[in-house]
Amino acid sequence: SKKLDAKPGKYVVMEKTTPQELATTYNNFYEFSTRKEAPAVLARGFVTQPWTITIEGEVKKSKVFDLESLLKLAPLEERVYRLRCVEGWSMVVPWVGYSLSALLKQVEPTGNAKYVEFISLADPKQMPGLSSGVLDWPYVEGLRMDEAMHPLTLLTLGMYGETLPPQNGAPVRLTVPWKYGFKSAKSIVRIRLVEKQPATSWNKAAPREYGFYSNVNPQVDHPRWSQATERRLGEDGLFQAKRKTLMFNGYADQVASLYTGMDLKQFF
Amino acid sequence: MMFNRFLKPTIFILSLLPALWLGYAIWQTQQGLDVLGANPVEALQRKTGEWALIFLCLVLSVTPLRKITGWHILARVRRMLGLYVFFYVLLHFAIYALDSGFVWADIVADVIKRPFITVGMLGFILLWPLALTSFNAAIRWLGGKRWQQLHKLVYAIAILGVLHFVWHKAGKNDFIEPIKYGVIVAGLLGWRVWQRLKSKELF
Repeated sequence: SKKLDAKPGKYVVMEKTTPQELATTYNNFYEFSTRKEAPAVLARGFVTQPWTITIEGEVKKSKVFDLESLLKLAPLEERVYRLRCVEGWSMVVPWVGYSLSALLKQVEPTGNAKYVEFISLADPKQMPGLSSGVLDWPYVEGLRMDEAMHPLTLLTLGMYGETLPPQNGAPVRLTVPWKYGFKSAKSIVRIRLVEKQPATSWNKAAPREYGFYSNVNPQVDHPRWSQATERRLGEDGLFQAKRKTLMFNGYADQVASLYTGMDLKQFF
Repeated sequence: MMFNRFLKPTIFILSLLPALWLGYAIWQTQQGLDVLGANPVEALQRKTGEWALIFLCLVLSVTPLRKITGWHILARVRRMLGLYVFFYVLLHFAIYALDSGFVWADIVADVIKRPFITVGMLGFILLWPLALTSFNAAIRWLGGKRWQQLHKLVYAIAILGVLHFVWHKAGKNDFIEPIKYGVIVAGLLGWRVWQRLKSKELF
């Protein structure tokens, strides 16, 4: 990984950041493997140059961005976000990037653009996990337009002051800090603005377990485990009680208004 | 024979090694070393569960192996292997309780609400009568026949154990690991059914 020049951003949580070594060796990246230790090894030779993101759909100007233009599109910021996995563990990661809205504005979304669909790379030559039938490939995630345009939603190009390592979603991924980690698509190659709610990978695989919204919510349990508490990796000791999970992962002040009037138990 | 004398102590020590290693790994983790990976509690939970399943497969393979190879001495280690199943399930449960912060109300709610835990807990409960009647006096007290009947519960426990693992992985459609145990347990139980059918034909 190369160093990235980033200025301190607006959103920095005052919590101890997770050791870099840990955040880059414990990854859910099923395109490589379902074992969390494996992507760091299996993704070692992952080719991220050249790389493009195609943006299309309900837009006035479809565009293809290469990595160089993405890096120059807006000033890079370092933002320290909480990361809460749906499995019940959490980290605190210093990401580098800028608000996704800066990118989406470039293509001028039309009035029909109600949702944004994110499509990850699915290259069987590089990604051994694709041969397993765990999910429908390519990996698809989605956000409602207002969620995608929210300033917290980060188009992420780096972490810990460097470009993203492959196992963390190189060269470009999404970070949506108030949602469970799987909503933040990795290694994105295509972004589509659409009128209907996209069919997202985990939601298709187990609709009862993984909702489209998947906002971090301690009051809505996963069918197979509680979401009330979490274990902060690298910080909470082996014999220490788990910490309480915060509503919207602690970002309620910024994002709760997106969901006024919605029953979050129904739209989980 | 030397072999006969050393069989039980050897199996005892070999079977204890995974637990000793886990103890060592916990100690290393407490020193801040990365032996159990980023999520040590999860790693312990998985490893103890997996060892419990391995010992279940081992204990179920004693009889088929004995019949096929004629090594009747294997019968001597069956009880010990069975107790090791109980031991690793006990550790598996202890880590689960630890992960739940020993909040028993939460644990009870969890067991009722989540089918894969319900199934695992049922297997754990069924193990108790077997573990508690594993000494010679209990065999005499129950009578050989009744004791044997009771210990057939191990078949149900094996099925529950595999189901627990399958169900745990079901949400992620990730069946490769549980299928391995499923196939082995199915084979070992299937062998018994086949033997039973064969013996009936003799009448």
